[in-house]
Amino acid sequence: MNADSILERGPLLVRDWLVSFLPEPARWLAGSLLAITAVIVAFASLFALLTLIERKVLARVQNRPGPNRVGIPLTKIRLFGLGQPLADGIKMLTKEDIVPRSADRVLHFLAPVALLAFAILTFAVIPFGRHLVPVELEAGVLYFFAAGAATELAVFMAGWASRNKYSLLAAMRALAQLISYELPLLLSVVPVVMLAGTLSTTGIVERQGGWTFGLLPQWHVFTPWGAAGFAIFFVAALAESNRSPFDLPEAESELIAGHLTEYSGFKYALFFMAEYFGMCALCGMGVTLFLGGWQAPLSFLAFIPSYIWFGAKLMTLLLAFMWVRATLPRLRIDQLTRLAWKFLVPLALVNLGVAAFWSLSADWTGAVRLTRWLIAAMLLAGPFVLLGRKLTAGLAPRIYRYAT
Amino acid sequence: MATGTPLERKPLTFAERTYVPQILSGLKTTWQHLVRPKETLEYPEQRPAIPPGYRGVPTLVKDPHGREKCVSCQLCEFVCPPKAIRITPGEIAPDAPTGHVEKAPKEFEIDMLRCIYCGMCQEVCPEEAIFLQNQFSMTGYTREEMVNNKARLYELGGTLPDDHFKWDKKLEAEKHGNAH
Repeated sequence: MNADSILERGPLLVRDWLVSFLPEPARWLAGSLLAITAVIVAFASLFALLTLIERKVLARVQNRPGPNRVGIPLTKIRLFGLGQPLADGIKMLTKEDIVPRSADRVLHFLAPVALLAFAILTFAVIPFGRHLVPVELEAGVLYFFAAGAATELAVFMAGWASRNKYSLLAAMRALAQLISYELPLLLSVVPVVMLAGTLSTTGIVERQGGWTFGLLPQWHVFTPWGAAGFAIFFVAALAESNRSPFDLPEAESELIAGHLTEYSGFKYALFFMAEYFGMCALCGMGVTLFLGGWQAPLSFLAFIPSYIWFGAKLMTLLLAFMWVRATLPRLRIDQLTRLAWKFLVPLALVNLGVAAFWSLSADWTGAVRLTRWLIAAMLLAGPFVLLGRKLTAGLAPRIYRYAT
Repeated sequence: MATGTPLERKPLTFAERTYVPQILSGLKTTWQHLVRPKETLEYPEQRPAIPPGYRGVPTLVKDPHGREKCVSCQLCEFVCPPKAIRITPGEIAPDAPTGHVEKAPKEFEIDMLRCIYCGMCQEVCPEEAIFLQNQFSMTGYTREEMVNNKARLYELGGTLPDDHFKWDKKLEAEKHGNAH
């Protein structure tokens, strides 16, 4: 509502004030560095908090309290275990860093660093608030997925450099999974770009402003193609960030710890961090593309600064990820790839058609406007059911064979 | 030869085929657990309630008059399956207040590294002197620490409020010439 209020511009004013101490040529560089530092600090602390929240949520689902002992060091104050990430960090830092003798030492070191670097790169184009986007890119969405796809390289690097059969197998699996799910992820994003008419993330968020009848926000998720696209995006994002039920690369029952088998100490922590960063970035992108980015859900709530809305939506999505992790069991590798290629990709393509229909029928008025919803929903539900049937055909009833 | 045995399965309903309601019901289940009160005891501060008849660490007990009940008959030593008990029998001075009791152990050791908490010692004891009580955690830094000697066993066992006073009655009967 009030785009130039002191709260909205606050972070920018602080940056400008800090930068003003420097001579003119250095200001641009210092400003960028400040933005980078802010993003890294914010998301590193979010990562620390998320590790704790994740353990807490999983524990509560299993009727346990979760970590609740570590509080402020040297006192008896516990603070619901808020000191746990700190203790974990110290533990990880002081642990021995083991590199297998026959491993490729350079690649072994480079893999976690590269993974983290690529994960951080993706944060650059996410609009965290009305004026808060680290890099204003015309092709922001394209940049995001290009940088995100590079993480696959680092995962394979880790598997290859470890010189361990489990690591290599897991890395291959990870590669198969990530490449498979890259496609539905991208295809689910295409309608957004198509309808918004821009690849810029800030532009996409601005298109989602406003309210239908002053009540329903015009977020993409509240359109038929947006809802389907968000569902596909959500599933693909789960797979892209190696989260349960798609956490096959780390299937500890089959592959020890996947590509992390030969990693210990702080390198392991870096992998962990990169994984959470990737998850945060994908969630942030999901919020940006489908959930209205930093837009407030109701018009009278617009006085709350935009970055708080973004943060709230991001946290909700992250908690949903944890909720799904606590619920669903892991898929098998063939089921995983089949779901991607035979179900999500065709559905995303159908969704593209629905989005085209939606855009063509934008000028329908009156009662016909309702049929627009109906037609779009049917265009989606039909293929969903048919594809689902086709996918399970011949798989049931299952016949069990026993040795005699 | 392997033969196919089709398992009796109902055909899936339409909702089940779409799979989405199943996921949602799963999410509902986890949500219900999320908001349910936790079941964990926070151990060192909170202790579980010990049910009656619990077989904890074996201990020696005294009768309400403070007399040690064990007469070192060594039945427990012989019955103990892992041979965790070692008793050195000793005499009681005839002029002691408990001089009428036959014997007492000079040393009584239970090796808690061997003990299997079977409770046979308690079952076999004719004097009801050895009891497996409530204590469930025995710890120590050395092997020697894990061997409970006589003093430690009495410290752990304490006094049980039973009113048999077998040996006092025996003494009474002896004095009145009606020994049997």
